[in-house]
Formats: sequence, structure tokens, C-alpha cells
Amino acid sequence: MTISRRDILKSLSITAVAGSVLRVIPLEAAEYAHRMVKAEKAAAETHAYSPKFFSAHAFKTLQSLCNTIIPADEDSKGAVEAGAPEFIDLLTSENKDYQLTLGGGLMWLDNTCVDRYEKPYLDCAPEQQKEILDLIAYRKSFKKDPSLGQGVEFFSFLRRLTADGFFTSEIGIDYLGYVGNTYLQEFPGCPPVPEP
Amino acid sequence: MQVKRTPKTYDVCIIGSGAAGGTAAKVLTEGGLSVALLEAGPPVIPDRDYKEHVWPYDLPHRGADIGGRARHELNDEFMAPNGAWEIDGEPYVSAPGSKFRWFRSRIVGGRTNHWGRIALRMAPVDFKVRSHDGMGDDWPIGYDDVAPYYDKVESYIGVFGTKENIPSAPDGIFLPPPKPRCTETIIKKSCDRLNILCIPSRLAILTKPLNGRPACHYCAQCGRGCKTASNFSSSQVMIPPAEKTGRLTMITGAMARELVVGKDGKVTAVSYIDKATREERRVNARAFIVAASACESARLLLNSRSTLFPDGLANSSGVVGRHLMDTVGSDAGGYFPQLERMPAHNHDGVGGMHMYLPWWKFDRKNDFLRGYHTEFGGGRGMPGVGDFDELCDQYEGYGASLKRECRKKYGTYIGFAGRGEMIPNENCYCEIDPGVVDQWGIPVLRFHWKWGDNELKMAKDMQEMYRAIVEAAGGVFIPSTQVDVAHPYGIADGGVIIHEVGTARMGNQPTTSALNGYCQAHDVKNLFVTDGACFVTNADKNPTLTIMALTWRACDYLLDQAKKGNLGA
Repeated sequence: MTISRRDILKSLSITAVAGSVLRVIPLEAAEYAHRMVKAEKAAAETHAYSPKFFSAHAFKTLQSLCNTIIPADEDSKGAVEAGAPEFIDLLTSENKDYQLTLGGGLMWLDNTCVDRYEKPYLDCAPEQQKEILDLIAYRKSFKKDPSLGQGVEFFSFLRRLTADGFFTSEIGIDYLGYVGNTYLQEFPGCPPVPEP
Repeated sequence: MQVKRTPKTYDVCIIGSGAAGGTAAKVLTEGGLSVALLEAGPPVIPDRDYKEHVWPYDLPHRGADIGGRARHELNDEFMAPNGAWEIDGEPYVSAPGSKFRWFRSRIVGGRTNHWGRIALRMAPVDFKVRSHDGMGDDWPIGYDDVAPYYDKVESYIGVFGTKENIPSAPDGIFLPPPKPRCTETIIKKSCDRLNILCIPSRLAILTKPLNGRPACHYCAQCGRGCKTASNFSSSQVMIPPAEKTGRLTMITGAMARELVVGKDGKVTAVSYIDKATREERRVNARAFIVAASACESARLLLNSRSTLFPDGLANSSGVVGRHLMDTVGSDAGGYFPQLERMPAHNHDGVGGMHMYLPWWKFDRKNDFLRGYHTEFGGGRGMPGVGDFDELCDQYEGYGASLKRECRKKYGTYIGFAGRGEMIPNENCYCEIDPGVVDQWGIPVLRFHWKWGDNELKMAKDMQEMYRAIVEAAGGVFIPSTQVDVAHPYGIADGGVIIHEVGTARMGNQPTTSALNGYCQAHDVKNLFVTDGACFVTNADKNPTLTIMALTWRACDYLLDQAKKGNLGA
């Protein structure tokens, strides 16, 4: 017998209402539903991703930047594994302002790298990539060199969206240590707080 | 032979299904009357519509919604459906120099699908402000008139809280409160040091099973809608018992356009647009309860012009649309380094604050009249889009150190929201815009807005108080991010706190008020307006509980009239 996710979710809400009589919190049902959602998503993601807005080249650059902004480290995977580039591509495909800031911003980055290093960003040596990012990752660069203004704006916005994409992923939520979104019979209150 | 069918005439027609309309439907149908209930939106189906327990990564947009439009708006993708600042095809206008925002919910249950569940009683003094400080007007009724109905509402819907004997915050009939979260224990300690009142909050969320509804399961997601109906919404708590009587006829997708008046000056019908067919239809009834939300109700009255009532229905006094009030809102926050060292733990709790700060300076002279309460929250909630914007902008850079910084600071912020009483002024009102209609052809509202000095002084006091509390707790104060010429001391634009009231106020004098103390129109005896429009003042108490109590009271009066054979008389 196959059970659909919808059936599970439905039974979950019914059992929860019945909980007033039975005093049963359907924790297992909730966890089972979450697992099924995950399995469905995994099945849908077996195909290679084709970007909705960005060109293949721009999307590769976006992936590289996301990976640099929030990389994998000893504690967790990074923004690319967390699906940040796909999330950003989806929002950008639906928003004209994002298309200008991010689509135009990626072109600005390539143009600037061609001016400085005679190569688009992805073809630059790691030291060159670091050099330009170390400039556009800080507002103070704009004060020193106003021609970097668009780059600073672009990077600032991309940093926000990369953080969104990472910290709203399963990887990012685990990394932060958020515990919750569950069914409790009593709220346990607060463990002792250290004095400041 | 053709039979001409006489259209059915209901005992009562209610317009709007939110806090007021839902309460009226329950009380009137249980009292034996036949009721037609008009709602401009669709029905809500919790199993289909609520995103309770969904993770951000379960949604392609992660909660940011299409094109990222929900990154910084209240109506984020997770929220219960059909509540929005802007509705396609249904505009409203701010007059030049005014900025007013209007949150509307087009769905069964109205804004009770979206509200914060904060259920505070008005205090005795709140009904008698003019007698107390000479400003504004007294209500024609007092606390003792409403108290029995606060009792009824609280007993039925379930409100948690504690008995405190604070004059500015009367006690009610309470379920036990949930234990405080870490953020709340920190602020409580700080307030104790400063002699500021900090007590368990009072929210319409069940901490024990009540009237067939199970207790809260502490997922903190009330705003998404609750599949177990453990929090209060009209659609899940008021409408079902009304339906059970068999005397309720619910008409959804019905945009009320005009109240139709007979030769005797009584309302005979409401004309509405059926949104599905775009056709005009009518519902006949012996009495009418307008409960569409303060501004929407004023709009309906003002759009109901006739030779008998050329300035709109129930408006011989000219007060309809006037005395528009919102709540004084000013926000601030703090970073608390001690929270960096907290171990990972479940911080969710109910969908709202477990503690709050009632108005505590009621016993002294202040720089301003009236008072405010403070809501606060923060800590290790479910991460969401936009949560790390400020941190990213502040820390700048990129790489593993940025990532670690975000983890270090996650859950270390507490935000404060001051919510104070506004004194009505002649610059704040709504009227029909002479040149604009919505997609249903119904003339729309134009808002005028200007805060008075008293409100600005109050916002200033809020900012100073929050700095003191944060610093006494060893935190770093973060002032309102919205302080500019248009927003002194971070005061929010009109309408933003979503507590609009006062647009058809009650009073003893038909020349200066639209309604009597039972929410009954002075000019039209079979017409009642029981939503926030009837308020005379807007105390620092979130209005929903009072709206329900006043509606219940008005409906008891109406039932009494019906028993005497006076329904519609």
C-alpha cells in the first residue's frame, strides 16, 4: 500500500485534533511527513539544474561567488551545497530589480576583471579573484575609489541573498543549531543563562 | 403558471467574518436567529492553506515568495493566506502629505487569521479618559458594562495570563501561562532592577484543552494558521459553532457595496458584488451588523448614500470616517552577548511573546498623556530569509569568518515594540476618494494622517526606556532603524500597527457620534457597527478582545430586542 504525502499530512492534522481526547502528540507522524517531503525533493533533483535566468557562464560565476561568500568548512557544507545559487536564480528570474543588480552586477565584475586582469572573473588566478573581492566586499573601498561603487552594491546584495540561501537550508539550519519546529506537550522554558 | 419566489429575508445579515462578524454569527445563531454572513474573501481550509511545520527549504522560495517580495514584509510566504498590505484591483489612496498603510484580510475569519493573538482588556480609566485628563472623549459605557463580556469571550476562546492586580492592565479569566524563554528571563531580570513591570503576556492561545480544542504544541507558528485550532481565529473558533446551529448561511466572495434603505429609513438589504460572476446581488434581512473592519465599515456607510441619508448612512453627525486612530508604534532592539554562550535548545514556545511589559507609569506625571505597553521577542527562532541582512552589512567581508560570525550572533538579538495610545485628532480621517473606484466599481477610501505631539513624545519615551532596559541587562542598544524626518523617534506610519479604530464612534450625543453604547446607529435602529469603528478611544490595549466583547454585548441586546418582537423595529 502506498501512502501519499498528502495523506500523511492530512492524518497528522486529524490526529492532532483528536489529541484533545487521546492526549497523543503525533511526533512520529510529523517526522515521517518530513522524511517523505525530503525524499520527494531528492527525487526531483536528480536532473542537472538549468538556470532560469542566468546564462550558463553567469550561473557558474554565481556558484563560485556563493561558494566564496559562505564556503564549506570543518563544521558544515557551504552555500552551493545548500542550494543558494538555485534559490537566487529563481528569485532573480521573477524580479526585474534583481535582474539589474545581480545580472548587471555579474557583468560589471567580468568587465572590471577584464580591465584589470584581462580575463573574466572565473578565468582569473585565485589571488586576482581575492584582490577584487577584497575591494568590493567593503563599503570603505567606495570612498577610496568611487568606480567600485556598483561592485560594492552588487556584492552587498549578493551576500545577503547567499546568507538567505544558506541559512534557510537544512545544512544552514543545522549549522546554526536551531532546535524546534516540532510538537511538544509542555514548553520546557530556558536553560540557565550565563551572566554577561 | 409561473411562481414568483419571494427572496428569503434573514433575521440578521452580518458583513464581515472576522473578530466582530464571527462573534456575532456565533451569538446570534445560538440565540435562535437566522443569519446570513457575507465575507469578501474565500473560505479558509486549514489542511490546504496553512503552512504550519513547513521548513523554509520545503518551499522553492524559502519564504521569500515570488521575486523575493516577502523578504521584508509582514505578509511573508508562510503566513496564513490572503492578508496583505496591497490587494490587486482594490486600491486605497493616501492624501498628499499623508502616509497611511492598510492591512486587509480577504478570507473567512478576516484578520483573526493573521493577528498576534494579544488579548488585553481595556482598563476602567481607558473608558473615561476625558474625565481623567481632559483630552478626547469618554465612552458612553464603562468597564463594568464590558467586563461580563470580557469574561464570556475569554472563557470561550481561551486566553493565558496571570492575576497581577495592575490598575492599567485588568486581570481576566486566564489559562496558565507558558514558561519564559531565555530572552524573556533576561528582560524580566533587567526590568526588576529598573522597577519596570514585566509579567506573563495574555494571548488567545490554549495552554490547556478548552471547548473541544487541543492545547498548543509550542511550534511558535501561530501566524501561519494553526491546524489544531489551538490559537484563536474566528474561522476556526466562532464560525464552526454558528454553522452547527444550522441557522448560518455563509456567502463568500461577496464584496458589500451598499446598504439599501427603505422608505421608513431602515436598512432592508445589502447589495454586494459576487466576485466569481461579477454580478450584483442582494441579501434581505431585518437587522444588519456591519463588521467589515473599522475603515471598510466606514467605507460601506459612506458609500450608502440616499435621499434620506445624503452624506452616507448613519452619518447625520458627520463623524463617519473621522476620529481615525491607530496605535503609536516605535521599535528598538538590543544585542545580548550572554546569549552567544547559550547551548542549542528549543526556544519556540507559543506563536508570540510569553512575557510583556504593561504600562507601568500610570501612577505619576509623564511628559505625555496616556500610556503604552511593550511587546518583545527574539532569540533562537526558526531562521528565515532576511534574518542576516543587518549582520552581513555590518560585518561585511566573506568566507568562513562571515559564516562563523552569523552562527555566533544567531539568537542574540531581542526586539522591543512599543504600543501606545493615540489621541484622535482632526488631521486623521478617511473619506471616499472622489475619483477612484476598485475593480468592482466601488469608490475607495482616501486616508489623511498626521501624528500629534503627544504621540511623538510617547515614541521618544519608548526609545529611552528600551535603551535603559537593554543596557541594564548588559546588552548593546540598537535604536530604531527607522528614524528620519518623517518618523521622529522611529514612530511608525499610520495604519502600520494594524489597530485602526474610531471611524463610526459610539456616544450619547447623536450630533457627535454615529452609534449608541450598544453599537446601534443613532439614525438607523436596525443597523449595528460592532468592529473597531465603534471605539471612542484607542487605549494601549490591542483592540481585538474588546471588539469581541462589544460585539457579544451588542448581540445580546439585539437578541433581547428580538425576543420582545422589536427586531428591525
